Amino acid sequence: MDHKEMPCPTADTWGKSFPSGNELLKNISSDDTPLTSSQRSQQKWEDPSMLDYNARIEPPFQDFKQRSETQSSLPCNPNNHNKVTDEEDVQMNGTIQTEKIQDWDPRAMLNNLTFLEQKIHQLQDLVHLIVGRRSQALGRPDELVAQQKQLITADLTSIIVQLISTAGSLLPSVKPLSGTTPTGQLGQLGGLFLPSTVGLNGSVQLQNNSGSKVSDQSNQMDITVNCGNEQNYNMEEHESKDDEDADEGENLPPGSYEILQLEKEEILAPHTHFCTICGKGFKRDANLRMHMRGHGDEYKTPAALAKPNKEATSEPMLIKRYSCPYAGCKRNKEHKKFQPLKTILCVKNHYKRTHCDKSYTCSRCNTKKFSVIADLKTHEKHCGKDKWLCSCGTTFSRKDKLFGHIALFQGHTPAIPLEETKGPNVPPDRGEGNEAINKVRSINFNFGSNAPNGNEVQNTADVKGNIEDPTGYFSPLNFDTWNFGGFHEFPRPPYEDSESSLSFLIPGSCNYTVPGSCNFTQKTGAESSSNNPE
Amino acid sequence: MKKAKQFQFQVQPLINNNNNNNNNNNGLSFSYFDLLSEEIVFTILDLLTQNPLDKKSFSLVCKNFYFLESKHRRILKPLRSEYLPKVLTRYPHVTHMDLTLCPRVTDATLTNIASACNSNLVSIDLSMSKFFTGVGLLNLAVKCENLVELDLSNATELKDSAAAMVAEARNLERLWMRRCKMVTDMGVGCIAVGCRKLKLLSLKWCVGVGDLGVGLIAVKCKDIRSLDLSYLPISDKCLPSILNLQYLEDLALVGCFSIDDNSLAVLKNGCKSLKKLDMSSCEKITHIGLSSVFSCTICLEQVTLANGCSVNLDLADSLNKLSKLQSIKLDGCPVTCAGLGAIGDWCVSLKELSLSKCSGVTDEGLTYLFTKQKDLRILDITCCRKITDVSISHITSSCTDLSSLKMESCTLVPREAFILIGQRCHSLEELDLTDNEIDDEGLKSISKCSKLSSLKLGLCLNITDEGLAHIGMSCVGLKELDLYRCTGITDSGILAIAGGCLGLEMINIAYCKEITDNSLLLFSKCAQLNTIECRGCPHITSLGLAAIAAGCKQLTKLDIKKCYKIDDAGMIPLAYFSQNLKQINLSYSSVTDVGLLSLASISCLQTLTILHLKGLTPSGLAATLLACRGLTKVKLHASFKSLLPQAIFEHLEARGCLFQWREKVFEAELDPKCWKQQLEDMMQ
Repeated sequence: MDHKEMPCPTADTWGKSFPSGNELLKNISSDDTPLTSSQRSQQKWEDPSMLDYNARIEPPFQDFKQRSETQSSLPCNPNNHNKVTDEEDVQMNGTIQTEKIQDWDPRAMLNNLTFLEQKIHQLQDLVHLIVGRRSQALGRPDELVAQQKQLITADLTSIIVQLISTAGSLLPSVKPLSGTTPTGQLGQLGGLFLPSTVGLNGSVQLQNNSGSKVSDQSNQMDITVNCGNEQNYNMEEHESKDDEDADEGENLPPGSYEILQLEKEEILAPHTHFCTICGKGFKRDANLRMHMRGHGDEYKTPAALAKPNKEATSEPMLIKRYSCPYAGCKRNKEHKKFQPLKTILCVKNHYKRTHCDKSYTCSRCNTKKFSVIADLKTHEKHCGKDKWLCSCGTTFSRKDKLFGHIALFQGHTPAIPLEETKGPNVPPDRGEGNEAINKVRSINFNFGSNAPNGNEVQNTADVKGNIEDPTGYFSPLNFDTWNFGGFHEFPRPPYEDSESSLSFLIPGSCNYTVPGSCNFTQKTGAESSSNNPE
Repeated sequence: MKKAKQFQFQVQPLINNNNNNNNNNNGLSFSYFDLLSEEIVFTILDLLTQNPLDKKSFSLVCKNFYFLESKHRRILKPLRSEYLPKVLTRYPHVTHMDLTLCPRVTDATLTNIASACNSNLVSIDLSMSKFFTGVGLLNLAVKCENLVELDLSNATELKDSAAAMVAEARNLERLWMRRCKMVTDMGVGCIAVGCRKLKLLSLKWCVGVGDLGVGLIAVKCKDIRSLDLSYLPISDKCLPSILNLQYLEDLALVGCFSIDDNSLAVLKNGCKSLKKLDMSSCEKITHIGLSSVFSCTICLEQVTLANGCSVNLDLADSLNKLSKLQSIKLDGCPVTCAGLGAIGDWCVSLKELSLSKCSGVTDEGLTYLFTKQKDLRILDITCCRKITDVSISHITSSCTDLSSLKMESCTLVPREAFILIGQRCHSLEELDLTDNEIDDEGLKSISKCSKLSSLKLGLCLNITDEGLAHIGMSCVGLKELDLYRCTGITDSGILAIAGGCLGLEMINIAYCKEITDNSLLLFSKCAQLNTIECRGCPHITSLGLAAIAAGCKQLTKLDIKKCYKIDDAGMIPLAYFSQNLKQINLSYSSVTDVGLLSLASISCLQTLTILHLKGLTPSGLAATLLACRGLTKVKLHASFKSLLPQAIFEHLEARGCLFQWREKVFEAELDPKCWKQQLEDMMQ
């Protein structure tokens, strides 16, 4: 039982609404591993029950359609909810899912129930209001009625979903499922993938059934349905990527697909879908269909609202690929190494990026230009935050991108930010003190090498000048300034000098009494025969 | 050198003449040295390498010799950076600068060197100083365009900007950057792009460098031979590109905690050139990962897997792929019998095996291992506490060519087993028997190993002078002897050693309580002695120390802790004669301010340990610290911290001196047997 072949005409709407939900779930629920089984099972965890609804509630649906104002009780039709509410649902669902990752918490359950109660009350009020109004003014325009209807169904759907998930958290069989890691690991193991999914599915199914009190279908059947669904979703999700490079790895043999080529004007046209009645243009087919409903009741049937090309999916159809109209382009079908584009959106973005002027300039940096407005917006989000800089002037928001760039180009090198370049000249802890040390050092050295006797005055002055700096303060104390450490070539008689310097230094600057300082100076003299070992 | 000095009276100073081929006899006297060509003198100078003071004496003979020596010198290892400008003008041909002894190397120093040496400079070692920045390095890199070797280790403050300056040294081939913790991928990226000729790079402990930086090195520096990436947070992202390096021979990945079996599984392209691999302390790697590594590095000769996974049959099987393997180091790994047996089966050409501190080494395992091993030269079974004479018997009978055997703390090996070692392994050069049951009979047998150069007998309580006498008589080539806490040894044992082993370089007689000054007087005949440890010898006095100082001019390390009788009278000759002394421990001795201050004349002195010196006053300490200009490390009791003004310590730290404060209380000496008992209790 493939859901596409189901008699229910809204199956396609389902198909469309799921991928977005799926994406959201992916964001919320866990890791970025594409299509781990956990994700699938989560998806399943809400989706079979809906299908069940779908199958069972078919007759009331018609009913509902006709008297939409009815204060319908819980088993309402989930098919009708539009996109916005759908996302909302999923988000709530998501929060519940994440909560479940922790152990079952009765307090959370209570919160959920209170929340549900409030929601039901709100809904009651709303329906009361509608009933009141309706009695006042009959024959209002259809659109208002439709809006109200949508609002109510949306609320109801969310209530149902929450109720199910709240009930579901009670079941012990769900727990291993809710923690994403074990299933995730199973998924990564690859080969084990399918059986594990089936197994898990069973438990989910069980739980779902008891939660929603719909249990007349066999689990086995549902599983196959789900598998079918998944594949479908995957494909759709993949297709929805608007990056033209998404198909880089695709290797379709030539001829296995149908090549379409749009003209330049067609590509650059702001709208592609036009209303046959009023001529208004739309970017998306779905928006056009929504618009068409305003032109009369015949556009409101499920058949009219359905995605048109999906009807033919049962028979094998040639895959469509697109060619760029620009001659010589690799994406042009005449090119030797032609690489087709996957969707119309890909064509548009490719054409604008590659063959059009870059007319959108970033308002922040005033340098980067883009031809696709979405690219500009993406850039503006990060503009100014690019801290990884190459010597060629290119900036990167990510370090690995910079290193990839440098690995690719000869002669390019990472550029160290300026503030850091200045930093090390002055060590952070010492600051200017270091310079002072250097200064003192060089002075010492000078008077050591030139005229030992004449410079003592200058030296004292130096001491005073640097009195707050410890190094400057003590540096005159280097009594072996007079002999060059290991490099004193010819012994000089340094006794007088060192003695004077010592007598000046030790008592003068720090008041230490040095016992045997005489002895000490003798030794200093002897040191002139010191060495320079290697 | 004495001969040269005799000649100095005959040599007429040749003023303004540094060409000694010029045989100008200007009437007063004739110098035979004038007949020697420069080349011959240079050849003589080449041989004057033993004592650095020799060349100094040579240059002091006459002006001509002075100029010749200046012209000849290529390597410079200055003690102070302050005098460098003058020194560099004296030695214009210096190519190698070693600044490891300078406590303080600043940008100004580097700038001086750069402008003085210019393109002459080939190698510079800055590994012990952290006061320079990118500015100095830029000067070096730009002016010394032939710089090939640069050691920046321990420059913990160095930032990416400085690394970018290093990148300007385009001809750099060998670069060490150990512990440059502030450098990140960006800095290493600059080096990768700038220094394309790099052959050796060590990034050990550069914890800021990750996959991106290392990956770029692998992409840009294709000539790399040796790469040390120990303790880097790298993962599988850069490993494949590293192993793609065509010439890589030596790779160290010690303690790379992010590498696990999965990241090794991706390695596919073989690295045929790799010969040495060190993957010690990689906790997440098991035999599975190692198996995938070994399958792509089949030419490995040396594998180090210390502190790693269990050595079992699987690991041994993976080693089977390495047909050229010569050395395996498995220190600290848990091993199994089967694993050892398989290693013995697979790796038949082993030259070196290290199993120190491996748990699970038993007689059974070693018996398996040594049934096929015949060529083993180096064996380390330190702390394999379960083995007995069975193992020793197998080892000695199959590996008769053993040159190094380390078996510290194999406590179950009975004294008879050591006789086997002497009987069968005559090629032994290095033998570590610390903490074993060996007795005089064993020593007598070991004395047959005439090539022995290093013998460690610490904590061997069964040996006496009699056994040591055999060693002293037969092992004349002994350079290193450790008798730590051998309480049975007295002066008569030392008499045999000092009389027989004149080439002795290192002696440890710590806590040999019977030793007196006589021993030190005997040791003063061993002119090559550079390390003397005699802590805890209560009979040693200043007299003995004075004899050592006068006799052993090479002395660089001296430990006289707890030699209570040594006082200032010992310090003064030490200060006068031991001009090579770098490290001294004076704790608990009777040295006072005067003696300590006299040490200031030893310009090499770098490390000073002075705890519990009763005669030391704060002012004496301050004067000593200020006077010893080359100090880099001082160990002091924490009480001095408050007794001296903070400014002094700040000043000394700015000069490049590091302080280590100790809170230890004064401890009385223990009986050695009781001490050993304590140690054993602690281990159990």
